[in-house]
Amino acid sequence: MATIHIDPLEKRWIWMVGGMVVIFYAVQIYYAAVHNLHPPSNVEVIDSAKLHLSEEFAEDKLGVKQEADGSYTVTMVAARYGFYPQEISVPANTPIKLRIASFDVLHGVHVPFSNMNTMVVPGYVSEVHTQFVKEGDFPMICNEYCGLGHDYMYSKLHVTGAKS
Amino acid sequence: MSITAEQAAGLAAKSRSGVTEVEAYGNKLGLWSMWVAFAALALGLPMGLFQAAERSGFFPGIENTAVYFASTSTHGVLLAFVLTTFFAMGWGHHTLAHVLKKKPFFGWTSFWVALTGTVIAAVPLLTGYASVLYTFYPPEMGHPAFYLGATLLVVGSWFWVADMIIGMTQWRKENPGKPVPLVAFMHVMTALLWGWTSMGVASEAVFQLLPMAFGISATIDPGLARTLFSWTLHAIVYFWLMPAYIAMYMIVSKEAGGKLFSDEFARIAFVMLFIFSVPIGFHHLYVDPMQAAGWKLLHMFGTIMVAVPTFLTGFTVLASMEIAGRLRGGKGLFGWIGALDWGNPLVLAGGLSLLMLTAGGWGGVLNAAYTWDVMVHNTQWITGHFHLIFGGTTVIMYLAAAYWLWPRITGNALFSRKLAVTQLWLYFIGMVTLTAPWHVLGLVGQPRRVSSTPYDAFPELVASWSVYEALMIVGGVILVISGFMFIYNLLMTHFNKVPAADTKVEYAVAIHEPMRVPNILNSLSFWNWAMLAYMIVSYGYPILQFAFIGTPGSIRWGT
Repeated sequence: MATIHIDPLEKRWIWMVGGMVVIFYAVQIYYAAVHNLHPPSNVEVIDSAKLHLSEEFAEDKLGVKQEADGSYTVTMVAARYGFYPQEISVPANTPIKLRIASFDVLHGVHVPFSNMNTMVVPGYVSEVHTQFVKEGDFPMICNEYCGLGHDYMYSKLHVTGAKS
Repeated sequence: MSITAEQAAGLAAKSRSGVTEVEAYGNKLGLWSMWVAFAALALGLPMGLFQAAERSGFFPGIENTAVYFASTSTHGVLLAFVLTTFFAMGWGHHTLAHVLKKKPFFGWTSFWVALTGTVIAAVPLLTGYASVLYTFYPPEMGHPAFYLGATLLVVGSWFWVADMIIGMTQWRKENPGKPVPLVAFMHVMTALLWGWTSMGVASEAVFQLLPMAFGISATIDPGLARTLFSWTLHAIVYFWLMPAYIAMYMIVSKEAGGKLFSDEFARIAFVMLFIFSVPIGFHHLYVDPMQAAGWKLLHMFGTIMVAVPTFLTGFTVLASMEIAGRLRGGKGLFGWIGALDWGNPLVLAGGLSLLMLTAGGWGGVLNAAYTWDVMVHNTQWITGHFHLIFGGTTVIMYLAAAYWLWPRITGNALFSRKLAVTQLWLYFIGMVTLTAPWHVLGLVGQPRRVSSTPYDAFPELVASWSVYEALMIVGGVILVISGFMFIYNLLMTHFNKVPAADTKVEYAVAIHEPMRVPNILNSLSFWNWAMLAYMIVSYGYPILQFAFIGTPGSIRWGT
């Protein structure tokens, strides 16, 4: 068995690179375990062609709802070329669960300056848990190409002062 | 060294003095493959400039959403599929002929199949019938010819993958126990990586896109399609990057006037690039609903591991350049940098490429973390990132490698070394001017893949983007000028009457040239089995789940 030649400088570099990788891993594990930060990943299927007949995503069920524990649930439908309802209002610094389903093709939602960012894939329900820390008005922008009207696809999010 | 009958016949039939028949075959195939690659670059660059200008809204006269998305789709396919695949195939075949002295088994078959595919895909792309961008986007569907053409391009490249593996296997049989020459080993690993990588997109095309495009299946599962595409989507980046790394290790080290710091370390980096870059595609799915968080965590750990071979590459290439700088009389901690010959296009491109790799690489480490990714996913930060790493780091090395290869292939001297140096500087300045504001645009919330930003309810936000868009256009103009300087220089070299002083295809040798290397760094079978095992762990369940989670299928939609 042939052996390989590794220079002492290379050995030192391997230790440094290994140390960096350990730090990167540790930071991620810390935020996942201690701050409960996870990507939106609920693996829940839905028939996109029948959203209007479903319990949860029928037109009159959409919008913002306050839960018993004080948190909020926002239910939305993404469809060419808008998010419905087109205007929603939620309080700052409050746990919010957004549930979004697509009526047709791929979409995405991003609220700039926040970690509210998810793909909306037809056939699946996207669920994001977050809190908005800044008050103000923000666009909810469709950030995935969904057809030639994609540029115009956005809605409004009002983040209001903490509730009394 | 014994001479085979084939080599003897080749020696007898020299077309240019000192060029064997096999080498002439590699020259011709390599030359035309790489010309196709750079033709794609010449077509794709102005499209990029158009897109930056159209999107900015500064020029109402050119605004056209349909043309924008047709252009973006074509720009992506030309630069990410055509330029890269034909460059890797061309240089790979050239290396097979010149270093392993093997005539490619399929050779021109791969070239013609891939070129036919490219032309078939180009028609719907250019006429706006396939504005589905280069990542395909089902359940939106383009014209069937687009999927057929793209599939043929991949199938053509598989003939090249087979050529590379056959060539190395034959060489090892004839040279038992000897290490495969490093440059050939690197090219074969690149081909093998592409073989594994392309299976994801090929399965998406064969089992999902083509049946739907031709009306055989009525519905499609976009979750499965995205999962299969993610299999290809990260490693394809390494398929683009590896030839650039080969140019750094094998040409830059030599042109700088030194030796390669280590042969074995380079092999280790390449097998790591191979094994770590495929089973990690879920970082493109961090915010997708159809995969669970645990799989995303597993892929994140793998994604961070792929930084390791890049750190090794940076070390070995910089150490090799330092040796060259010190041999040229450079003193002190940094004096060797000034002592290098920055008027040599290869040395210059290597230095500029490493600068862009450093900035873009750290951006990549950030993106690997999903806590960061959710803030920038599908924003302009991502497009800025991959233009810096691919358009910048990678393509500048393709250009430099061409400056080195063209005289060796054609026998003609490089038309103008000075023009090459100016061109490379402009390319670097253009790419930095383009990508730095592009990153900022992402951080201040601009989405990617839009042809305009008509968010009229938020005029202040939209106004804050203008200055960065203006800078991007400046960067785009510089890049287009630089691109045409490159094509001009290459054409003039092709038809140059002045013969090249040096046409020997000799790559860098290591300080300690190994007489033997462990079998694991000299053969493919262990790495194929390792890849199979790693892929089953990381993609087995995530793909199988689609058989039983019962996703209602999506019908097809036009654009």
